[in-house]
Amino acid sequence: MIVTATPGTAVPELIEERLSRATGFVRAASVVVDEAAGALVVTLRGQFTIDEAPALWNRIGDVLDRGSRRAVRVELGEVETIDGACTALLVHLRNELATRGIRCELSGGAPAVRRIVELYAGRRTPRARRKRKPQNAVEQVGESTLKIFAEIVAMLDFLGQIVAAAGSSLLHPRRMNVRDVALTMERGGADAAPIVMLINFLIGFVMAYQSALQLEQFGAGIYVADLVGVSMTRELAPLMTAIILCGRTGAAFAAELGTMKVSEEVDALRTLGFQPLHYLVLPRIAGLMLVAPLLTLVADCVGIAGGLLVGHVTLDITPRAFWVELLGAVKPWDIWSGVLKSAVFAGAVGLIACQQGLATSGGAEGVGRRTTAAVVAILFMLILLDAVFTVVFGALGL
Amino acid sequence: MSAPLIRVRDLSVGWDRQVLLQGMSFDVARGDVFVILGGSGCGKSTLLRHLIGLDTPLSGSIDIAGAGAPRLDGAAPDYGVMFQSGALFSSMTVGENVGFALQEWTGLPLDAVTAIVKAKLALVGLDGSYDKLPAELSGGMKKRAAIARAMAFEPKLLFLDEPSAGLDPVSAAELDELIAALNRGLGLTVVMVTHELESILKVGKTCIMLDKESKGIIARGSPAELKASSPEPKVRQFFQRQARVS
Repeated sequence: MIVTATPGTAVPELIEERLSRATGFVRAASVVVDEAAGALVVTLRGQFTIDEAPALWNRIGDVLDRGSRRAVRVELGEVETIDGACTALLVHLRNELATRGIRCELSGGAPAVRRIVELYAGRRTPRARRKRKPQNAVEQVGESTLKIFAEIVAMLDFLGQIVAAAGSSLLHPRRMNVRDVALTMERGGADAAPIVMLINFLIGFVMAYQSALQLEQFGAGIYVADLVGVSMTRELAPLMTAIILCGRTGAAFAAELGTMKVSEEVDALRTLGFQPLHYLVLPRIAGLMLVAPLLTLVADCVGIAGGLLVGHVTLDITPRAFWVELLGAVKPWDIWSGVLKSAVFAGAVGLIACQQGLATSGGAEGVGRRTTAAVVAILFMLILLDAVFTVVFGALGL
Repeated sequence: MSAPLIRVRDLSVGWDRQVLLQGMSFDVARGDVFVILGGSGCGKSTLLRHLIGLDTPLSGSIDIAGAGAPRLDGAAPDYGVMFQSGALFSSMTVGENVGFALQEWTGLPLDAVTAIVKAKLALVGLDGSYDKLPAELSGGMKKRAAIARAMAFEPKLLFLDEPSAGLDPVSAAELDELIAALNRGLGLTVVMVTHELESILKVGKTCIMLDKESKGIIARGSPAELKASSPEPKVRQFFQRQARVS
């Protein structure tokens, strides 16, 4: 419990204080702020522990708010004990006043009190420090823009290195870590198959259900097969598969390589004669690019199966009728365009995830930051690439 | 007198446009235990990264065994490196860590690689750890395993970054003895970054001391000479474990 008083007024004595004084136990802490000979005098009395720190902090705020005083003297003569937290607050007061050109002295005090004050740099003359000027909005926008450009340049630089590394791997296949290609295909492909199938089945199911409600009104329920077939093969299966690869495998790549980077494993690899691009990055990208089309073909099938289920249950379309309609609507190019897209999407997932992973610095926090950045960048890139594909295929009449 | 194994001339290192160390010249003799010492943040590990070839100097030259600057260009390494954290590959067993580069670059059959790896692990006192994962090892054992990995290609030169940092006194002393034994027994040249005084005095033969303010070498000689008679106050403070006067 801290008792405070305004300048010139007597300090009210609490019943606890009178009691503790009478019994010789704890004396309540008090802070009196007064003026003497042009200086502000802050007198501390009693025992100051961490419990008194919040109230002491408020009183320090009062003193700092007055601001225009020439000097401040903190009298510690009547302090019985003081702990590190309260001493730190007093030292903060002195340093803050010093930055404003106001002299502040922590004076007096029993030897035990002086020892702790000195320990917390209470006797050192504080240096006036220049406050860092906060960035204004324009500077922040400018800095963020430059960072984005730097990231784009870094990504393009990485892409160039990957192309060169891929070329040299074709000439010298021994340089490539082929074992990791199979491992990536297993982890990124086979292990991801259940979730890819579930998500794409539900996508086909929902799309068919929504369209069935509309098409049925016009007696065109059979066209659910066309809609689901073309949408899944051309657009949704490759995109949804890539999004799952991004969240599952892309994040894992970024975190794995990031952790290897901060724990010096990437450097160790280099000193053993292995190039990180050949040994770590290319196998991951190649593995993903090989397995993503297979996953997409599976996604096509289960997405269409979802549509078939809805068509059969809600529109009484027989599986045979659905199949015949589907074969009439879906052209081979619809399937191949989805497969092509999925390979490019997978390349983007692997490229961005590995680039972000290898750019990691700064320990665990850096790994988390780069993993998040990788997922965000990949999602953006997937949508961008999908738009590019749509425009290009449209322009080519495909 | 034989030519030095490492010859460094007018070397300046740093990053971006910030120069951390500049104008450094020194030689490392064959069979030496060369210690790069200095206070925290003075650039010891950065200098080591340049000597290894992980970073490119701002200016100056490094020549290793007359073959020019160190290059990490995708070939079997000429020297071994132990990183501060050990940097063992966490997804591999200790045996695989030590042996995988050997298998990759030599084309030896797996049985032969296993025999060599087991011998290397025995050399560093890690018999029986072949099938353990790095996570199952103590700090000292990880560093020993990292030394075994660095020794896989029978290098004549070993770089060690803070080998005894973070170890208990007994493990640190054992590691010092291992380094001294490798130097004596195999004639290995060791370049070691450390600020562990006991390690420096125990295994170091030649040392240079770096300083943050001077951005370079402020003392060179044997550890005993520097401890006994260096005129440089910072060197005396270092060897006598004196606090900086603020």
